[in-house]
Amino acid sequence: MTETYENKLTQAQIEELAIHCENAELEAYEITKITDDYPQMTYKDAFDIQWEMRRRKEERGHKIVGMKMGLTSWAKMAQMGVEQPCYGFLADYFSVPEGGEIKHDELIHPKIEAELAFVLKDELKGPGVHIGDVLRATDFVMPAVEVIDSRYKDFKFDLKSVIADNSSSSRFVTGGRMADVADVDLKTIGVVMEINGEVVQTGAGAAVLGHPAASVAMLANMMGERGESLPAGSFIMIGAITAAVQVEKGDAFTVRYQGLGTLSGKFV
Amino acid sequence: MDKQQIQACGDELYEAMINRTPVRPLTERFSNIRIDDAYNISLRVLERRIESGEKVIGKKIGLTSKAVQNMLKVGQPDFGYLTDKMAFSQGEEIQISDRLMQPKAEGEIAFILKKDLMGPGLTAADVLAATDCVLPCFEVVDSRIENWEIKIQDTVADNASCGVFLLGDRAVNPRKVDLATCGMVVEKNGSIISTGAGAAALGSPVTCVTWLANTLGQFGIPLKAGEVILSGSLVPLEPVQAGDFMNVSIGGIGSASVRFI
Repeated sequence: MTETYENKLTQAQIEELAIHCENAELEAYEITKITDDYPQMTYKDAFDIQWEMRRRKEERGHKIVGMKMGLTSWAKMAQMGVEQPCYGFLADYFSVPEGGEIKHDELIHPKIEAELAFVLKDELKGPGVHIGDVLRATDFVMPAVEVIDSRYKDFKFDLKSVIADNSSSSRFVTGGRMADVADVDLKTIGVVMEINGEVVQTGAGAAVLGHPAASVAMLANMMGERGESLPAGSFIMIGAITAAVQVEKGDAFTVRYQGLGTLSGKFV
Repeated sequence: MDKQQIQACGDELYEAMINRTPVRPLTERFSNIRIDDAYNISLRVLERRIESGEKVIGKKIGLTSKAVQNMLKVGQPDFGYLTDKMAFSQGEEIQISDRLMQPKAEGEIAFILKKDLMGPGLTAADVLAATDCVLPCFEVVDSRIENWEIKIQDTVADNASCGVFLLGDRAVNPRKVDLATCGMVVEKNGSIISTGAGAAALGSPVTCVTWLANTLGQFGIPLKAGEVILSGSLVPLEPVQAGDFMNVSIGGIGSASVRFI
């Protein structure tokens, strides 16, 4: 983000866009990317829209249960035409139990990604957080699968629009086996994604910014720009280890993790 | 194809390799070429290698990814022979001007057998029981066919497009690693270029070796104790040239690195 961290939109516009994006999420309809109508929008505006959406959910009694990183692979950044990762929040109703059912009708055009989640035992506050800080502050890691569902038509967006759309967050599944970071080689840990019994994607931890912990460090540093931190107990999904795969109603998925068991779910 | 044609094609491919001059696809010139003709051509190439003093030390399995099988419109892998002349070890440099023309590197898991495997009828359990160790490995594939314009018969005849291979310096007991989920990270000149996991090869590298043992078994050919078996790529192929440095790391197995000169 080379531009200065400042607003070009008014507070009223930010609130209006937060409602616009959130309604698309809640009612599962497509919108066009918001930078089309607000080309002057800055990164700060985009994050302000996301944080306003988060405030609205909390005001209605939802709990924020974690954070996620998005666009963390070089391939994905190239595929989406964006130049750096982004983050989003996870609300309580995004969570689907392991082996559970995800209602396809509540989503627009969902895709699944194999990820890992970090759970912190100590606070991380940027700037200046590095991989070593992340490993020291991590209680354990565990498998996680994210269901992304951009509210933008055909998943077409730019970085600012996707940030305002809570980085395409929609649902997630976590479970499998927890592990101490000292017991896992996070760079080479392998994942195998199967849909309806067929292997559709494979990958290894290094697909996420070279090392999964680098993603958590980047999240802490990005949030630090707003004076926010990741408190002890935070649940953080690091971004996709595999390419995102489109799923249809009736699809069942299983993701196998080297040494960490499996995760599964079904779209109904 | 008749015997003479098969011999001529084998000689042509062998000489293409020695002279580093690729030839037009065989399938362009022989419309009647069948898969078993192609394997017979590959045996002629092997015969020429043996005549020049090379020894067979193992086999490679190719076309193990769904993407590559779909591209070549085939529903199964293929195989080729490995000779001592093709083998490199961790720390050695690979000189491209020595026999390679249009090389591409791929990360694989190599199996070393401790017992003979004679198909058909073998299962994954038989293969695991007969495996002494697995190693990280780079296979450098190459094609003696111009611009890699291969159909299935072309690559089979051309020893499954095998060039050379390099084994890493860590050998792991197969009981110690989950071969289907072990992750692979490939770096080229310091950048991570691809990642994958064991299941990228037909669901598991063990499935690939089982396929080979069963396929060769139909012809009465065993996989022998001590042989090196390259089980198929877990990542997309990467073109390489002199000056490139690559590293492959496999979760729970180890790594191999190679410099091309």
